Amino acid sequence: MKEELIISGRMNPNIDPVLHLWHWEIPVYLFLGGLAAGLLFFAAFYVIRDEKDRFPTAVKIAPILAPIAIIIGLIALFLDLKHKLFFWRLYTVIRLESPMSWGAWVLMIITPLSFMWVGGFLKEVFPKIDLKKGFSSKLLKLVFKESEGEVNWKWKYNFLETFEKFIIFRRKELAWVILFYSLILGVYTGILLSAFNARPLWNTAILGPIFLVSGFSTAAASIMWMSKLPEEKKWFSKIDIMLIIIELFFILHLFMGFLAGPQVQVDAAALFWGGQFTVYFGLFVVILGLIMPAIFEVMELSGIHVHISIPAFLILFGGLIFRFVMVEAGQITRYLY
Amino acid sequence: MRYAMAIDTKKCVGCSDCVVACQTENNIPLGYARDWVTETINGVYPSLQLEFRSERCNHCDNTPCVRTCPTGASHVIEGGIVKVTHEKCIGCGACIQSCPYDARYSSPEGWVDKCTFCDHRLKDGQNPACVEVCPTHCMYFGDLDDSNSPVSKVMANRKWKVLAPEAGTSPQIFYLI
Amino acid sequence: MKTTRRDFIKISSIGLGSLAVATPVVNYITGNSNDNPLSGTGKISRHANYCEVCFWNCAGWVYKNEEGKIWKIIGNENDPHSNGRFCPRGTGGIGMYEDDDRLKKPLMRVGKPESQEYKEISWTEAFDHIAAKMKEIGQKYGNESIALFKHGSSSKHFGHLISAFGSSNQAGPAYAQCKGPREEAFTLTFGEPLHSPEPLDIRDSKCLVLIGSHLGENMHNGQVQEMSEAIDKGISIITVDPRFSTVASKSKFWLPIKPATDNALLLAWINVIINENLYDKDYIEKLSVGFDKLKEHVQQFTPEWAYGITTIEPNIIRETAREMAKAAPAVIVHPGRHATWYGDDTQRLRAIAILNALLGSWGRRGGFYMAASAKLPKFSSPAYPKPKWGWKDINPEKYPFANEGVTNLIIDGSHPDYKGVNKIKAWFVLGTNLPVSIPDTKRTIEAIQNQEFIVVIDTMPTEITGYADIVLPECTYIERYDDLRVLPHREPNIALRVPAFEPRFESKPAWWMAKEIANRLGLGDYFNYKDYSDVLDWQLKQIGSSLDEMKNLGVKKFDREFDDLYFAEGETPEFGTTSGKIELYSEELASYGFPPLPVYKPMPEPETGFYRLIYGRSPVHTFSRTTNNPRLTELQKENKLWVNPKVAKEWDFKDDQEIWLQNQDGIVSEFSIKVRITERIRWDSVYMVHGFGHKDKRLTRGFGKGISDAELITKVLIDPESGGTGMRSNFVTFVTENPGKEVVS
Ligand SMILES: Nc1nc2c(c(=O)[nH]1)N[C@H]1C(S)=C(S)[C@@H](COP(=O)(O)OP(=O)(O)OC[C@H]3O[C@@H](n4cnc5c(=O)[nH]c(N)nc54)[C@H](O)[C@@H]3O)O[C@H]1N2
Ligand SMILES: Nc1nc2c(c(=O)[nH]1)N[C@H]1C(S)=C(S)[C@@H](COP(=O)(O)OP(=O)(O)OC[C@H]3O[C@@H](n4cnc5c(=O)[nH]c(N)nc54)[C@H](O)[C@@H]3O)O[C@H]1N2
Ligand code: SF4
Ligand code: SF4
Ligand code: SF4
Ligand code: SF4
Ligand code: SF4
Ligand SMILES: [Mo]
Repeated sequence: MKEELIISGRMNPNIDPVLHLWHWEIPVYLFLGGLAAGLLFFAAFYVIRDEKDRFPTAVKIAPILAPIAIIIGLIALFLDLKHKLFFWRLYTVIRLESPMSWGAWVLMIITPLSFMWVGGFLKEVFPKIDLKKGFSSKLLKLVFKESEGEVNWKWKYNFLETFEKFIIFRRKELAWVILFYSLILGVYTGILLSAFNARPLWNTAILGPIFLVSGFSTAAASIMWMSKLPEEKKWFSKIDIMLIIIELFFILHLFMGFLAGPQVQVDAAALFWGGQFTVYFGLFVVILGLIMPAIFEVMELSGIHVHISIPAFLILFGGLIFRFVMVEAGQITRYLY
Repeated sequence: MRYAMAIDTKKCVGCSDCVVACQTENNIPLGYARDWVTETINGVYPSLQLEFRSERCNHCDNTPCVRTCPTGASHVIEGGIVKVTHEKCIGCGACIQSCPYDARYSSPEGWVDKCTFCDHRLKDGQNPACVEVCPTHCMYFGDLDDSNSPVSKVMANRKWKVLAPEAGTSPQIFYLI
Repeated sequence: MKTTRRDFIKISSIGLGSLAVATPVVNYITGNSNDNPLSGTGKISRHANYCEVCFWNCAGWVYKNEEGKIWKIIGNENDPHSNGRFCPRGTGGIGMYEDDDRLKKPLMRVGKPESQEYKEISWTEAFDHIAAKMKEIGQKYGNESIALFKHGSSSKHFGHLISAFGSSNQAGPAYAQCKGPREEAFTLTFGEPLHSPEPLDIRDSKCLVLIGSHLGENMHNGQVQEMSEAIDKGISIITVDPRFSTVASKSKFWLPIKPATDNALLLAWINVIINENLYDKDYIEKLSVGFDKLKEHVQQFTPEWAYGITTIEPNIIRETAREMAKAAPAVIVHPGRHATWYGDDTQRLRAIAILNALLGSWGRRGGFYMAASAKLPKFSSPAYPKPKWGWKDINPEKYPFANEGVTNLIIDGSHPDYKGVNKIKAWFVLGTNLPVSIPDTKRTIEAIQNQEFIVVIDTMPTEITGYADIVLPECTYIERYDDLRVLPHREPNIALRVPAFEPRFESKPAWWMAKEIANRLGLGDYFNYKDYSDVLDWQLKQIGSSLDEMKNLGVKKFDREFDDLYFAEGETPEFGTTSGKIELYSEELASYGFPPLPVYKPMPEPETGFYRLIYGRSPVHTFSRTTNNPRLTELQKENKLWVNPKVAKEWDFKDDQEIWLQNQDGIVSEFSIKVRITERIRWDSVYMVHGFGHKDKRLTRGFGKGISDAELITKVLIDPESGGTGMRSNFVTFVTENPGKEVVS
């Protein structure tokens, strides 16, 4: 019999008996970051390709979710910090070796960009805003004022009007910038975990691409869910099926890699194979979150009607659970004891 | 200069004095610890082996904890000592996730803390508190670049191992076997 | 509650003007960490002390930080007990001082004797009451009827008090529950006891034989340090223990003996050493008596015979005997310390003493050295009145070889079933937790209930304080003066204890209590000083030092009077025995009808489903006195029951499963204990650390954590020679369902 004990000293909260430092905040943050990255990517991509009218939801409407997702994600990240009042330290250095550092900077950049993007389409998407009644009108009046014409509002400050014009005029350039940063954001949320080699489960290069693809897939699902145009729906459905297949392929590789790896990684894989995460991962992530929606979407494409909200929801839900599972399980896996 | 520690598993009795001495010396709040003791037993009664190890931050040569720190709070000082500047630390936990030894913890105030090799004592020419208290004298500390330091001398004559070498951090706590 | 040093730097610098205020702000912005615990503006001070967490009494320094709060305690480099290094318990000893559960005010029981209700009273009320009661009981039953149970340095003051009052009835668990049989066996053999610290020359030894002594768990500091030094020098260790102890894992030979059979092994070793001519012929011939009788006696005890009893193979017995002989005389067959095991303990310790004699280790480098103590003049005080009777007279037939007070004999004299005339009627208890320390708790409590008055002087609300009529809160060793430590060692030395702090709460030092009570009894002459520091200063000045000097030194060493650490070549030293020689054969034992040569006696065995309960030490705890210490409970908060995997499988146990124990007499443990499934214990025994399972809720960290071995030790096998209470013939079985016993509140 082999016995291995920590006999004294180590009962540090959140570290012992197993690491459980990161709770819901980090998976939520990763999920929302990936989603926002995907949404902004698609929006920018189709503007660059001059297909903004073919995919109006992707370009104009769905991106509204991006800044919201980013802000909620940032709140989650902030909540996770244990020495919160010092958060500004993040912006006193740039440490390229630390994904957290450049991630923080990317978010710093992409948050205003995403607002600009949404702002530039606001008059198109919401030509009429009710600024007369209700509590919400009071808030809205902080940035909007009433106006005449087809669009019943104007920016409250003139410089915003000017800025809006500038954005619309330079939209393609903005799209290129956003395309670049959304990719970085996607990659960042993807590789954040795999930067922590100390956790055998995260110590794999394939984790980044999986998260990237998964983030884009959740974005595609959102677009297809929100879209009213059949052609756009179909197109994103196809994109989604493709992403799901890629993701499944990557996941297979992930596990083959683990099984061929050192014992700690075999043990890590075992958490998903007859271990405590089998149900969450197998059922919620792979079957309900990937395979089922893919089947539903194929059915839809081949004419058997399935309400689009079902696969869309499953993909989003699966994506969220996937991040929860990876963060939780990763913290359990270890080199010692 | 390269500070390092060698701990003789042939002498360590797992008494945990190193733990409590660190706690008092460094004002570690109750419920937290920078070092800890493990016990490993192999075999079947009566043919058994037992190893005690006093463990702490390995002050690795290759420091993922410093690399992943977004603020620079985690850093390396002279002699390869890995330290955390509390006032720079945001408590993001990246360094904790990066350490294969779980050698860091999040203090009640929020900043991350870990073994400092008692650098405040080294300045005064003293050994770390744990080394200085160990009743079996089983810990050796010093500069690996100096062949006359206690740690260099003992390592020259003994077999040793490090923990989780496969994690690739190049740890600088050596266990004499 | 605790401000960290860093906080302090911030706070204190605010008081130091604008420049200083700026520093933390600058640090905050620049991120210059100030996590250096020694930097700062305040003054760090250190205060001499010697540790009271166990009776090794290591000398060291209590450090105060810049805030004037306790920081740490560190060994004194000049101290031969600690060599500058405390053991974990000593290092965590500051927790004794910090513990907020401490006794805070004198307490008096209100209502019936069995009530558990106390009220706080003033010190004056307490002393007046105690003095009145002492007079009353003294008048009714004689002053001799008052007894003192004691352990620890401050018990001297109360010993002095009751001696002045006219009673010599003092006893401590350190004898009949600890080293009694050992001291008498060595006195019978070599003419002197071993005392503490034992004069073992471990650092120069080449072979160390440990019979149960679990050094490394038993953290008697000097011995652990010397053993480690000897390991570096390549010592070969032979450990005899049914459990794979820490030191077993460091041993060249581990003999996993069947419990309770050590005498057979020892006799077989003697047999081999004699028959293979491995003994020190010259030494034995010149210095001992009775060799021929011994030789003849041990012929029957062959290794083959011992094998059947001990389960240790004959070739291993032979090989280990030769290993010892190879190292002789630099060999130590360790006498152990807690020697009260099976009620035949004087016999076992005699066998150990004889084995050492055969190997010629007594008085030899690497064996037993000749210890020397510093000489201190006594502070003047009138002669004690001569008591009419003492503890020996409670039952004169019993324990003829006991040379120190036997706790259980005093309990006999206190018990309602006592038929003799020399009755004990009142108890003082200082520094010993009797219900936990003396086996057969039920009998102890019956004796307690039979008392007219009980005073307990303690630092913590432990089990014993619940039986007191008056509880007096003593301050800890960190807050008081006590006598100078004068213990034997290679070099004579003394160590000082000074208070580093004012006593917390309303606690007080024992010397002050004893003096105040004496004043009320008209015995003030015996306490002819204002402050105990006066006594120390006077004594120190007599030997050419002073209190001030000692405050700076902490420890002072003196030259030995003679160069006699070891026997000189060709010397024929005289021994303190009747014959003046090492007595292999003991006429004295024979004259009282005891075996003059060691014997093996089979011991009771567990029935099926029962396991022998054995216990020992955790390196981070001392008995029950540390199991509420905030620093040390941090390291280990409960004890676990060690169970062999085979047994665990039979009972379908999981690690950390909570179970209850029931002993052979049907006693069920009050609390549950977690199972530790481990190969380190035999299948016929279970093991736990002594001192846990506190029953007083006021011990917020210790209450109900683990279980007390003491409550399961109801069968006591008393060593007839010394009165030592053998505690290891108790057997337990497991109760997996909560027996539903209500927890007493
Ligand atoms: N950390 C710490 N150290 C201490 C103390 C403490 O409380 N804590 N107390 C001090 C005091 S006062 C004393 S007296 C000493 C006691 O310490 P020792 O004298 O070393 O104690 P032992 O009675 O030898 O008991 C413990 C060992 O005996 C083994 N044992 C049990 N039954 C048998 C048997 O039948 N045969 C043999 N050969 N071995 C057996 C147990 O497995 C265990 O390893 O410790 C001292 N040191
Ligand atoms: N079951 C069982 N019984 C045993 C043993 C065992 O291993 N198992 N070991 C035996 C041995 S070897 C020994 S030496 C004895 C030890 O027996 P004890 O010395 O009685 O042991 P403790 O349980 O530590 O109880 C000490 C008491 O003193 C108090 N105290 C501590 N410091 C001070 C102080 O400075 N002043 C005052 N006034 N009180 C203080 C503590 O609060 C506690 O109540 O036990 C013996 N009994
Ligand atoms: S103090 Fe020394 S002997 Fe004790 S556990 Fe630590 S390293 Fe081991
Ligand atoms: S042990 Fe952990 S915290 Fe210490 S240097 Fe290595 S990786 Fe960093
Ligand atoms: S928790 Fe602190 S030290 Fe660790 S990575 Fe984050 S900022 Fe750096
Ligand atoms: S070197 Fe200092 S900080 Fe590190 S474990 Fe030892 S005592 Fe603690
Ligand atoms: S051995 Fe440990 S507990 Fe005992 S006196 Fe020394 S330091 Fe204190
Ligand atoms: Mo003892």
